[in-house]
Amino acid sequence: MPVSNGSWIKKYKLLLVGIVSLFLSFVFLFILNNFFLFALFLFIFIIVLVYNFVKVTRSLVDLLGTRLMLFITVFVVFLFFLLLAILIDGSLNILQKESLSDLIFSSTWKPFSGEFGLFAVIVDTMIVTAISMIIAVPISLLSAIYIAEYAPKKFRNIVRPFIDVLAGVPSVVFGLCALLVFVPVVREDVAPFFGSTISSGFSLFTASLILSIMVFPIIISLCLESFNAVPQALKEASLSLGATKWETVKKVIFRASGPGVLAAIFLGFGRAFGETIAVSMVIGNQELIPKSLFGPGQTLASLIASNYTEVSSIPILASALIFVALILFVVVLIFNLLGYLVLRRASKRWAY
Amino acid sequence: MLASVFIVMGSLILIVTVIVLNGAPSLSFEILTQTSGGGFYLGAGGGFLNAIVGSLLLALPATGLAFVIGIIIALYLQKDFLKPGFANFVRLCLDILWGVPSVVYGVFCLTIMIAIGMTGGSLLFGVIALTLLEIPIITRSIDESIKMIPLGLKESAYSLGSTKFETAMKVVRKQAMPGIIAGVLLGFGRGIGDAASILLTVGDSNYFPTSLTDQTAALPTMILNLVSMPDQVVQNKAYAVAFVLLVIVLLISMVTRYLTKKSSKHIIK
Repeated sequence: MPVSNGSWIKKYKLLLVGIVSLFLSFVFLFILNNFFLFALFLFIFIIVLVYNFVKVTRSLVDLLGTRLMLFITVFVVFLFFLLLAILIDGSLNILQKESLSDLIFSSTWKPFSGEFGLFAVIVDTMIVTAISMIIAVPISLLSAIYIAEYAPKKFRNIVRPFIDVLAGVPSVVFGLCALLVFVPVVREDVAPFFGSTISSGFSLFTASLILSIMVFPIIISLCLESFNAVPQALKEASLSLGATKWETVKKVIFRASGPGVLAAIFLGFGRAFGETIAVSMVIGNQELIPKSLFGPGQTLASLIASNYTEVSSIPILASALIFVALILFVVVLIFNLLGYLVLRRASKRWAY
Repeated sequence: MLASVFIVMGSLILIVTVIVLNGAPSLSFEILTQTSGGGFYLGAGGGFLNAIVGSLLLALPATGLAFVIGIIIALYLQKDFLKPGFANFVRLCLDILWGVPSVVYGVFCLTIMIAIGMTGGSLLFGVIALTLLEIPIITRSIDESIKMIPLGLKESAYSLGSTKFETAMKVVRKQAMPGIIAGVLLGFGRGIGDAASILLTVGDSNYFPTSLTDQTAALPTMILNLVSMPDQVVQNKAYAVAFVLLVIVLLISMVTRYLTKKSSKHIIK
């Protein structure tokens, strides 16, 4: 018997579904010319056919299910390489026209006259990322330590939702706030304080400020996780030897969770480095080598956002922007690999 | 140390108050229930319902797709199925994909769109870009929560004669429910708020999208468009849109807390 242990009605139903789907697939192919629906119903028919003639056992379901899972997993790894391949393929166009060193070390970005120098943008990106990390890392580390080790439980329960929500705020909302609050503050207070009077407020510094706020929740929540993973016995051992609380934090907790903290900083770096929208709203969007922190600039990611509309009028620009995306991808790739290697080495050395 | 905690908390309070104070006056029943029509960007009437619908049409299918793919991969990454070496390689790939700026996914989809000769943008490629963005987020957070499941639970399932597939789909999946909910909603929050990837892929429209190849409006891109307008009154509408977006994100966060708490009652500790 075809169906292993179904009743008569069940078998009859299946047969009906098979016949109807076969009929429908022919209708769609020959009468309505809808190939997609034809394929769909043919697929249903084949499944019914197979189901009727194959004994469906649990081990078969296990085999097929496992294969399907493997297929999807391999597919995502394939997707990773596909992403890289398509970005490389897309940027070949501009790499054939101009040499790599021209692209990276020339600083004139004038797409309309065919000049695609990225040097100024790369410098700006490095400055913005560096400043935002300088602001964000100490503040987030201190907050994480306080929340994990010093804060009373009640306070901790109040703070946690704040961090979770801050992590979820869309980047465009950050950008909007920066536009309304930080830009005037930088223009009227911060820039004159540092002696630069002509700042419009749309500056590298403004972008760094908003980026550092965006990075806070990432570093804090990851640090908290690794602080909480430190075994209680380790802290108690240190305290029982007469170490003060701060000494314990510095010499025991930091050492034990060092790799996790490092990973958190790397992740925060990635976010600051690749943030697009919030930055492009406040940075001023000019491809210049900055004379001061309070002048306008452009980062790699915001360059894409402010230039993509011209893609259809200048074909080579598309290739240039794909090249910029490739740089972003490769830098993130390198930092992740570095982080992975550091973590592997460190977790051996810092094992407790 | 306390000061730095207050800086962090203060920045969230600052953001919420700025958006609420500026957004609330421009909000009205009319602005929430009409499409932008012709004159929304010019100071005339109309609302941004089409952007809300567009954003949901982008984020819901993307989250659904990413969830199906993500949970399957996360279940498959466990030691029952894969050697730890390959599993860690997949995890590394996913971590890198997580770190990749969302604008790169936008460029990726834009490249494909240029290659197949589609200009302007479409709902379909927006969904694809968001799916790509959400897969690593959802997968990795489900993966982390599955790792916490006690080994004894799986062992008892195996000892009762379940196959690997049954154990993964029936026992592990149920036990990991709080983590799955948290991961999916995290992905959804990222998807609905992300501007960079859909800026490059969905284009813009003043009406509801009717097919997958239509251009569509979305909340984040609409904020960008409104802000770039010269008229102050029109610019203020951006804060109303941001207000709605912020409310959605806060809602997601609250729903996550509620659901994870509720679902963790039924798991075996």
